[in-house]
Amino acid sequence: MSTVAVEVTPTLPEVHYLNADYGWRSWLFTTDHKRIAWLYLFAITGFFAVGGLMATLMRLNLVEPQGALMEPASYNKLFTAHGLIMIFFFLAPSIPTVLGNFLIPIMIGARDVAFPKLNLLSWYIFMLAGSVFMLAVIRGGVDTGWTLYTPLSTTYANGHVLSAAVGIFISGFSSILTGLNFMVTIHKMRAPGMTWFRLPLFIWSLYATSVIFVLAMPVIAITLALIALERVFHVGIFDPALGGDPILFQHLFWFFGHPEVYILILPSMGVISELVAAGCRKRVFGYSFVAFSSVAIAAISFMVWGLHMFLTGQSVYAGFVFSALSFAVAIPSAIKVFNWTATMHKASVSYDAPMLYAIGFIGLFTIGGLTGLFLASLGTDVHLHDTYFVVAHFHYVMVGGAIMGYLGGLHLWWPKMTGKLYPEAWARFACLLVFAGFNLTFGPQFILGYLGMPRRYAVYPPEFQVLNVMSSAGASILAVGYFIPLVYFTWSAFKGPVAGPNPWGAKGLEWTIPSPPPTNNFDVTPIVTQEAYAYGHEEAHVG
Amino acid sequence: MRFLKFDNSKAGWALQILVVLASPLSGASAGPPGDPSTSTSIFRPASTPADSILGLSLFVFAITGTIFLIVAGLLIYSAVKFRRRRNDDGREPAQIYGSNQLELAWTVIPVLIVVVLFLTAARVIHAIQDARKPANATEVTVVGHQFWWEYRYSQFDFVTANELHVPVSDPKDPSPTFLTLLSADTDHSFWVPRLAGKTDLIPNHPNTTWIDPHEAGLYLGQCAQYCGTQHAKMLLRVYVQTRADFDSWVKAQQQSSPVNAQMDQEAAEGKRIFEGTACINCHAVRGTVANGRFGPDLTHLMSRDTIAAGAVPNTPANLRLWIQTPDAIKPGSLMPAMNLSDEDFDRLAAYLLTLH
Repeated sequence: MSTVAVEVTPTLPEVHYLNADYGWRSWLFTTDHKRIAWLYLFAITGFFAVGGLMATLMRLNLVEPQGALMEPASYNKLFTAHGLIMIFFFLAPSIPTVLGNFLIPIMIGARDVAFPKLNLLSWYIFMLAGSVFMLAVIRGGVDTGWTLYTPLSTTYANGHVLSAAVGIFISGFSSILTGLNFMVTIHKMRAPGMTWFRLPLFIWSLYATSVIFVLAMPVIAITLALIALERVFHVGIFDPALGGDPILFQHLFWFFGHPEVYILILPSMGVISELVAAGCRKRVFGYSFVAFSSVAIAAISFMVWGLHMFLTGQSVYAGFVFSALSFAVAIPSAIKVFNWTATMHKASVSYDAPMLYAIGFIGLFTIGGLTGLFLASLGTDVHLHDTYFVVAHFHYVMVGGAIMGYLGGLHLWWPKMTGKLYPEAWARFACLLVFAGFNLTFGPQFILGYLGMPRRYAVYPPEFQVLNVMSSAGASILAVGYFIPLVYFTWSAFKGPVAGPNPWGAKGLEWTIPSPPPTNNFDVTPIVTQEAYAYGHEEAHVG
Repeated sequence: MRFLKFDNSKAGWALQILVVLASPLSGASAGPPGDPSTSTSIFRPASTPADSILGLSLFVFAITGTIFLIVAGLLIYSAVKFRRRRNDDGREPAQIYGSNQLELAWTVIPVLIVVVLFLTAARVIHAIQDARKPANATEVTVVGHQFWWEYRYSQFDFVTANELHVPVSDPKDPSPTFLTLLSADTDHSFWVPRLAGKTDLIPNHPNTTWIDPHEAGLYLGQCAQYCGTQHAKMLLRVYVQTRADFDSWVKAQQQSSPVNAQMDQEAAEGKRIFEGTACINCHAVRGTVANGRFGPDLTHLMSRDTIAAGAVPNTPANLRLWIQTPDAIKPGSLMPAMNLSDEDFDRLAAYLLTLH
């Protein structure tokens, strides 16, 4: 591991947040944001494993055109559960609740979030939501697709739509409370001298994410409540047979659904800014442009929902407006990519795992973003909508983007969270496996979609088999790539070498305190006198 | 704006390359076994909407491909050229805070690019969606059902299912087919890639689309909006025929079903069973008491190449299997397994075989 020269072997602090208290009560009733981050980490790792297992089964089934493993009914339930689990119980909470919870107070020089008890309550609500949802899956599942389109979900589906909807409904409250907590924390808890334009870009992106949490989650909650009303009491809201309007559901769902996509990717963009700065030992190029692009993305994301409805027969002029707005949201994303690349220019680019994840993210996200232009463009969307092209596109953003960012962030801050180093060679190897496996899994799906294979197909015409087998082969490599970090992180937590407070030579308040940090983070409230990423200065900025 | 006008013969070289690249992966010429049909590839468009989609695709691909090469090139260049060297002493590189000129450049240039993309795409879709219906258009109403297609030819006063027949349209004197899209239950989507883009079928929301196939032949497609268990076996088959062939097909479809005198003893027995059981709750055979509308119209069942919405070829063996155990062919379809004796299944099949 290439780090700044360390003359003395670092040692763990005597007392830190991990050993301050022992026993299950000290964890399950903790209000320490750092311990709550761990509670979330364990929970979402479980959900990721379940969702990933489902994806593996789906890819195995698709090795044969007629389905190698299961009946179409089971396959349909699998892709529904995979989508819902990954979106609501892994991706949406991933970076905000693990890295955000751990880092937001530390990065802004605070001792905890604004409402520590509410923070713990969010986790309990999240676990309740996850349990209700998993119960629905175990009792027989849902076969509506994660989009829950009506009247399929309200009238025709036989599965446990109601309990699944209740699970997601509850999870929304967890997200809203987390969002509120973060917003208040960032507004009110900043250390003296930590002005808005001295905030790390990670904080900016999580602030934008929190705004979306608070504004978008109520919409899906209301929509799910309406589904429940129609399913249970036959109140005609969406099903025309009862006097409802199925298009109304699509408006409501995508008014939530498109901002939700940015809930998933914005935190990852924030992580990438941190990874690039630390990996290059350089201030992020165009700081304020990167910061404001997060805000712009959050704002525009609420105005593009109609792009999901190009095929529904909406007016061609409404289509023009939504198409133009969808193109517009590409601009702030492009600005971020250009600024990250410019940061690397004439820098000292490390090839440690966090930076490898960041470089991988930029490449894959660029592909995900550019293929989005095919879908924003009306004339090509009518061909690509609901095909594997769309599946590939959003996995490039969600997996190639969001998960790469999450893993990169975990690697960068793992020494801070545990005080231990992980084996760098294994980490690089796993990162390369993830990158290669990912591209082999989802690259062929772009071609599949263009050639005409619709998504959500349990069986498919035989001419698509070669590409499907390639994709399934890639998925198995990807699975190994995800498994390796689980092993070495577990090893590192117990047996890893001691990291010291700042193994990367990085800047930022979190690197000025011991690893692992003490329970109250800072013994003395820091006074901030410098901008974020104050590289090129002799000493860090703690008063 | 000449370059925005898509002429695929001009884009021919790019098309050739893409088709050559794609064909070994897709087995472009290999259809389902025993079926002379072709693939669903957009790279062989056969109708005006599909033509313009392909043209636009190549344009968008060229632009996004160029952007990708530039960004990826710069990324790799920076990552390799400025990599941390072995003899790194931990010193921090020169700090550059940003550049307003650069920010302005890489904001304005992408804006210009997406404006061009937007206008081009809007122009294409406007030409397709606002096309006027000529007087000589054939009109068909398409009704999506969980998991099959109903085709109502109101102009000619008959109903059929799962196999859409339309006349070929001469590009010099177009005679397109306009489709009105309805749904009997939940959302579906009509998609025959070589003919046109998708349009959804949504209950209580009539939509329209049109095709003007330039060549006779069979064009395959599928339901593209997830609609339930057998979504993947809700296949579309569009038979494009010369005007003469189409007219004689229409004439044949307008005929009534055969009467008892025209069939043998076993088939007549089958007809009695058909009309005496639940079959007629869902199926119609014109000229008989069977007038159910929940399932496909069977008046000219034997004129179709496939059964169960394109799931299997229409052979006597498949037909008998389908009425006896539908789950063997399409598990989860709404066709119930009838509780009849073996002889009765034989008789029922014999009757269905007379529905030419």
